[in-house]
Amino acid sequence: MKLNINGRDHEVDAPDDMPLLWVLRDLVGLTGTKYGCGVAQCGSCTVQLDGVPMRSCSLPVVGVAGRKIVTIEGLADGDTLHAVQQAWLDLDVVQCGYCQSGQIMSAAALLASNAKPSDADIDTAMAGNLCRCATYPRIRAAIHAAAAKLGEGSAQS
Amino acid sequence: MSSDIVNLSRRRFIAGSATLGGALVLGFHLDPRSRAQAAPEAAPSVQLNAFLTIAADGAITVYVKHSEMGQGVLTSIPMIIAEELDADWSRVTALPGDARPEFAHAQWGIQATGGSTSTYTSFEQMRKVGATARAMLLQAAAARSKLDAKDLRTEGGAVIGPETGQRWTYGELAGDAAKLTPPTDIALKERKDFKLIGKRQHRLDGRAKVTGSAGFGIDVRVPGMLYARVLHAPVFGATLKSFDDKRATAIKGVRHVVQIHSGVAVVGDHWWAAKQGVDAIDAQWELGDHASFSSESQRQEMGKLLKGDGASAKAVGDVAAAMAEAKDPIEAEYDFPYLSHAPMEPMNATAEVREDGVTVWAPTQFQTFDQMAAARVAGVTPDKVVLHTTLLGGGFGRRATPSSDFVSEAVAIAKAVKAPVQLLWAREDDIKGGYYRPRTRVTAKLALDADKRPAALRVKIANQSIMLGTPFAPDLKEGGVDPSQVEGLDNWPYAVPNLSVSYHMAKAAVPVLWWRSVGHSFSAYVKETLIDEAAVAAGVDPIDYRIELLKAHPREVALLQKLKEVSNWGKATEGRHQGVAIHESFGSLVGHVVEISLTGGELKMHKLTSVVDCGSVVNPDTVKAQIMGGGLMGLSAALGEAITFKDGKVVQSNFTDYPILSIAKAPAVEVHILESGAKMGGVGEPGTPPAAPALANAIAAASGKRLRDLPLDLASLKA
Ligand code: FES
Ligand code: FES
Repeated sequence: MKLNINGRDHEVDAPDDMPLLWVLRDLVGLTGTKYGCGVAQCGSCTVQLDGVPMRSCSLPVVGVAGRKIVTIEGLADGDTLHAVQQAWLDLDVVQCGYCQSGQIMSAAALLASNAKPSDADIDTAMAGNLCRCATYPRIRAAIHAAAAKLGEGSAQS
Repeated sequence: MSSDIVNLSRRRFIAGSATLGGALVLGFHLDPRSRAQAAPEAAPSVQLNAFLTIAADGAITVYVKHSEMGQGVLTSIPMIIAEELDADWSRVTALPGDARPEFAHAQWGIQATGGSTSTYTSFEQMRKVGATARAMLLQAAAARSKLDAKDLRTEGGAVIGPETGQRWTYGELAGDAAKLTPPTDIALKERKDFKLIGKRQHRLDGRAKVTGSAGFGIDVRVPGMLYARVLHAPVFGATLKSFDDKRATAIKGVRHVVQIHSGVAVVGDHWWAAKQGVDAIDAQWELGDHASFSSESQRQEMGKLLKGDGASAKAVGDVAAAMAEAKDPIEAEYDFPYLSHAPMEPMNATAEVREDGVTVWAPTQFQTFDQMAAARVAGVTPDKVVLHTTLLGGGFGRRATPSSDFVSEAVAIAKAVKAPVQLLWAREDDIKGGYYRPRTRVTAKLALDADKRPAALRVKIANQSIMLGTPFAPDLKEGGVDPSQVEGLDNWPYAVPNLSVSYHMAKAAVPVLWWRSVGHSFSAYVKETLIDEAAVAAGVDPIDYRIELLKAHPREVALLQKLKEVSNWGKATEGRHQGVAIHESFGSLVGHVVEISLTGGELKMHKLTSVVDCGSVVNPDTVKAQIMGGGLMGLSAALGEAITFKDGKVVQSNFTDYPILSIAKAPAVEVHILESGAKMGGVGEPGTPPAAPALANAIAAASGKRLRDLPLDLASLKA
């Protein structure tokens, strides 16, 4: 079947019920998306499907053929990081970093639908992305910082 | 391939190559900036010693001997070296160090990361590494310029001469420098001259971790590699009688089903096949004695142990006599559950077993043990095992197993199927498969004098020893006291003339291990809630009461005063309540104030304010991050983490029933650093111990109820 990942088409030979997570990691070779629980409880495997954050561990690959899949590897524009990634760097959000691909994919999707989220909006949108290192306060701060940056950009244009 | 595996053997090793031999050395490339920019193979580089290479273009690579598991060593250790080297910080990158003798822990003699020790135990060593390299580069410049080394200085990755334009970059000099004999007596910088140490630096692993290119254990890709999962016994100590693999082998992508020492491994073309394969194995087990074990049976057994005298861990004065005179002592019983480390990256390792040796890639805190275990399983000598350290998706102690459980399994499977194999445990395998913070029961009796100040204290601790049965067993104290399980109580700091602390060793088949802050993870709870109860009984402000009892501990007093000042102490708005706790562990002292509200029994944690005194600081930003993360992990455990047993089996299986803190419940956090100038301590663990008691004390302030068991029974507050 044909998958569109980060703007490129990939032909993969996978069982229909194989979760997208394992197709990405073990067949396509994109390891940025992580496994944490396999049951849609931790968010480590979050990718964007047509712009919506989804848990790839619980998405049978057959259902995503032909749709636009964006993974952490496809979020930056070449060498220019997405505003969320840049805010993450500026505030040194990451600790072990394992959950952060998923955090960033969820945060980027949040800002695409809500340009100025409140702490409560953030808590709701990000509640499914667990971080055992508990980087949460910095995640909140970085989302606000990215929102401010993106706001500046759109005000100018 | 998204994780950049760099072939280090393509580089020129001039010095320090002896132990590397001709082995193919792979490291994960963790370029903090643009990947194109650093491309380490682009310029030939020179290895000055095991810790350091300098490329002709001036790029410096530091090999960090401690494992990066989030605590920031991949940044703080290079900072220390770069400081003394006078390197250009923007040209410094870091790689996790593979297993090699030079990377032994400065105090333990084996290569390991734990006990919050990385930065402070290697501080002097890393300074010397930097200073030695600097001296060699200076000497090389002197030889080249025919100037006296005394007339040369170093700055920003170059040696500079007295005349304008006299500047030789480290890149130019590295080749010559590497041929020199390293000087043995070298002067280190004075603290006041530090340019990097003590100043916030961004994490060197930041960029790789926000772009998905960071190489964790599960991201290792070796040509021809297969993926594996292991079916473990449903009950600890059970033995496999037989198994039927018909359904497993029928799954598309499953290649092998093999029995290994710990269970049945299913190996496939991708992990999804291995995952399903394990679910489809029909296995028969001889369950053994542990099948009748339950949390309730253990509770009763520990209750019996606590009735006895146990082994004395500390005895001061005459507790029995003081207790005989005591009026209305505070009597308290505590029950702390088994806890799972549950690092976000489940257990895994990758192994390749060849005729001539073994290669292992592992997210591990225990390289030396793992190397020995891999050798044992493969039937080779340890020098035939090359072990590459990857990044760790969290550790918290779980990846420091004396048994090398996950590495041993990976090697056994790779040997059996004669192909490189990546073993990955499912989350369920991790939650159910062991190594837990020991379940612990404690009883305490605190007698107060007429002024409501402590007169006598008796504390009894019952749990399984972590050290027993491991290479650390010789560290057990007289009578079988496990020092790691009485820590934090055997050095009870509050003034009390009569004190007795005893240890009551429990036995169970459940594998136990150090969980972030080890014994302090419960001892601080006992100590800090108990003293809070005494303060309430005395009618004195809990911070003032502590200060009064800590006259002999100026460091603690200073910390409490600072905490009072920065936490809005005593001035919480209507409806909010505060709780305080402080605790010393791993050479550092941390105090937390937790501010909550409790409406109709519904708990909301608004703010965690922390003060840390770790003596002195290398990277203030990672210190703050560790105290924040450590504190929140303590709150996470207090709110809902517990591993329980029924019919010998672990009841929990995944984050569904082993809930860890989510952002929705996380309070705002503010961390203050108090640089006391005391000896440098650790920061990875000390934030954890005082968090749960600060929360419990806030709950007591709000409700008048003392919740002594963890996790907190919040439902009881609604009654
Ligand atoms: S791995 Fe998909 S949500 Fe946890
Ligand atoms: S940074 Fe370690 S799990 Fe989130």
